[in-house]
Amino acid sequence: MPDIRIRNFAGGIHSLNPFWLASAPPTNCGEQIMRAFDAGWGGAVWKTIGEPVTNVSSRYSSIDWQAQRIMGFNNIELISDRTVEDNLREMAEVKRRYPQNAVIASLMVASNRDTWHEIVARAEDAGADGLELNFGCPHGMSERGMGSAVGQVPEYTEMITGWVKEKAHTPVLVKLTPNISDIRMVARAAKRGGADGLSAINTINSITGIDLDTFVPRPDVDGKSSHGGYCGPAVKPIALNMVQQIMADPESALPLSGIGGIGTWRDAAEFILLGSGTVQVCTAVMHYGYRIVEDMIEGLENWMRSKGFATIEEFCGLSVNRVAEWKHLNLNYKIVARIDEQKCIGCDLCHIACWDGAHQCIHLDRVSGPVDGHVELHPTPAQKEVETRASLAFTPVTRKERIMDPAVHGPYPTPLERIPRVDETECVGCNLCSLVCPVDNCITMVRVENGLAPETWEERTRGQTCAVQPQSSIG
Amino acid sequence: MSTASLPDDLQLRERFNELKPPLAPQAAAIEADRCLYCFDAPCTAACPTHIDVPGFIKRIASGNLRGSAMRILDANILGSSCARVCPVDVLCEGACVMHRHHRQPIQIALLQRHAMDAFHASGEPVPRVSDAARNLRVACIGGGPASLSCAAELRRRDAQVAILERRALPGGLNTYGVAEYKLRAADSLREIDMIRRMGVEFRFGVSVDSAAAFERLESEFDFVFLGVGLGAMQRLGIPGEDLEGVMNALELIASYKTGHLREVHGTVVVVGAGNTAIDAANAARRLGAETVYLLYRRSESDMSAFDFEYEHAKQEGVQFLWRRQPLAVRRNADGRLSLDTVQVRQVDRALLAIPDSQYTISCDLLVPAIGQSPLTQLLQELRGVEVRDGRIVVEPVTGQTANPRYFAGGDCVNGGREVVDAVADGKRTALAILKTAEAAAHA
Repeated sequence: MPDIRIRNFAGGIHSLNPFWLASAPPTNCGEQIMRAFDAGWGGAVWKTIGEPVTNVSSRYSSIDWQAQRIMGFNNIELISDRTVEDNLREMAEVKRRYPQNAVIASLMVASNRDTWHEIVARAEDAGADGLELNFGCPHGMSERGMGSAVGQVPEYTEMITGWVKEKAHTPVLVKLTPNISDIRMVARAAKRGGADGLSAINTINSITGIDLDTFVPRPDVDGKSSHGGYCGPAVKPIALNMVQQIMADPESALPLSGIGGIGTWRDAAEFILLGSGTVQVCTAVMHYGYRIVEDMIEGLENWMRSKGFATIEEFCGLSVNRVAEWKHLNLNYKIVARIDEQKCIGCDLCHIACWDGAHQCIHLDRVSGPVDGHVELHPTPAQKEVETRASLAFTPVTRKERIMDPAVHGPYPTPLERIPRVDETECVGCNLCSLVCPVDNCITMVRVENGLAPETWEERTRGQTCAVQPQSSIG
Repeated sequence: MSTASLPDDLQLRERFNELKPPLAPQAAAIEADRCLYCFDAPCTAACPTHIDVPGFIKRIASGNLRGSAMRILDANILGSSCARVCPVDVLCEGACVMHRHHRQPIQIALLQRHAMDAFHASGEPVPRVSDAARNLRVACIGGGPASLSCAAELRRRDAQVAILERRALPGGLNTYGVAEYKLRAADSLREIDMIRRMGVEFRFGVSVDSAAAFERLESEFDFVFLGVGLGAMQRLGIPGEDLEGVMNALELIASYKTGHLREVHGTVVVVGAGNTAIDAANAARRLGAETVYLLYRRSESDMSAFDFEYEHAKQEGVQFLWRRQPLAVRRNADGRLSLDTVQVRQVDRALLAIPDSQYTISCDLLVPAIGQSPLTQLLQELRGVEVRDGRIVVEPVTGQTANPRYFAGGDCVNGGREVVDAVADGKRTALAILKTAEAAAHA
């Protein structure tokens, strides 16, 4: 079996696996964290410790996607509402009973050197394996000059990181807010301030929705709401992009704990491929409980085994350099859509998607005869529908009528007139049809040899001083 | 008489509890989300009324239930009863692409019912399509689905329409002839009340059965729509079939649905193997018959009932006697019936009796269910309306008969298909009548 243990992360944090609980309600108290460790979590970042707060009810809201609950999740909860003493006493007990698991103290206090020095010392005395500076919380705390109010100003981030490093003996991670135009500006500041590592991303400013009966946004606190922090599966692409930006920037790159929409081992593998040394999970645990870590561990191990990776380090960061600036992409790489007639079920979503949302090159003309070329040569989707609505249909009441069902005729499972055809002379290889097709591997994008040598935009325009004629673009 | 509901009958409800109960709101939303939203969807093409199925389903998913019902009603004014009675396995759900995706087809019928039930519960009226005052008067003869559809479509476009029905309640087979576990008579009447509230006039107890009656109609109305359906059940043509204890399938179904037949005992023999025969056999079981035989002179593979109806009958405990022909029925001293039958074999399409294969079945009720005969007598009264093989001949797209003031649709034209076919005929014909009237006005 591959070894998924984490050693010396950010200069000295060890854990049984890369799966940590993020600083959030699942790490509210020692009892929870010990149960999480029993379930298999490698580490936990304690719910942010600081001067205790008063929270509101309600606190959470979410966005469902079709029948699936919690595609995106939002909260307006503040940091821990428990005393520093209670939190640190329990932390000491957790560390005593679970020496092999990583316990990170998430900290947030007033922006004052002595106050930070004091909390750092107390957390380390309690046995924290590392510190995570919460410069990301986007709601409530930021109004009091903490959280993202610090993380949105590189100078503050650098300064407070520096204060902490003056005192800390354990690794210091700075947790970054995504609510900034370029996350690298703050990542660089943290690095200049001496941070040993980064955690990214914190939640994204959000209003998840508005109750259409009361007109109050969710979550409703006595007729008013407040912008909250968005997380869950919906934010993963945003988080992956920011992680990649940080890890590809030499002035930002540090050991990084990836956060943002991670719920499965697949998500975790993607974050690690973009350079995350560990990953942190919250929303998926709030949805399903600590037990999800079992499949995350097994799935990651099985995937690593199938790919021949013995350790996390072997694949950490492999995909960072697979992201390039657009100007470095090969303009002469050409692919077209191919439809597998044996797999096509005849939903014709690719046809309407191509006509209305792409380049009008998927047609329903297998019976009437293929026509290649511009849009004017083909009947429009609306004309097709009018034809159907005008047709006479009746219930096949006799067996003979039922046997004459047209669906059973033709060489493919789907009647030929419903299997779309790609005009490859017009196809721009945009992928849209393959994305809307509900059948796996029915539409594949196939490389077409055009005999042209690779050429990037930068190469094509080298030596030119102004923009040249643009290629076809989706704008 | 009116379209008011029948009194609620608890015993009937319990014995004929719905085969397919409605979806709970969340289940409907989940099912609606499963729909792929096919382009130019095969389900829509398969529906004789071409309901925009993905369109109404996506409206359920978004929570726009009123819009969903409107989408259905625009194509099919009897969307509520069709959701319950349509043989969807051979129509929309049979055409669903999910079959080829190795998944269960979308439960279109239950979703349609969900939207329509919400609409009926809201008590909202069906909006007009146009509000131009129109001086057009149309009589629809027969109060079944074809006439209801034709009348509603015309009324939505501001024609004056009257439905002439010989029975006490409207709806034809929708009210009197559909198995109660599929469509309750009360639900049929509720739907028809919606049409009445649109301003369609109903005249009950009216038989249009003489040339004079047609002349009176012609003086009152500009056009006549014939939605007369089929006539009486066909007779077996065997000795004894007028005895007490012989009751045809439609009579049996109408009697229990209106509360006149509440119990059946002993052994029941149903003759025939169509969908109505199955409905009657199942009804006999639910009304209390211990043994129900369905007797058919041909084989299992020849039966005209839908496969799902056959399966359902087996689950209800109906026993099937294949290749057996009734010869005569007698009444015994104890009041029971003796049905003489013979085993037959099929040679090409001919049936030959097998020697020494006669046997007699003792039963308490004999139910002929071998189809309805066309209303030829009535039809022949109509001058200039061509009738062929007992069916009114029409131009398929318009429903116009050889007499340009007479249009027709439904069973009297197609020989007996489904409710949805009658609705489609009625709708197409209504639009054709409007066109004809407009052309005449401009001439």
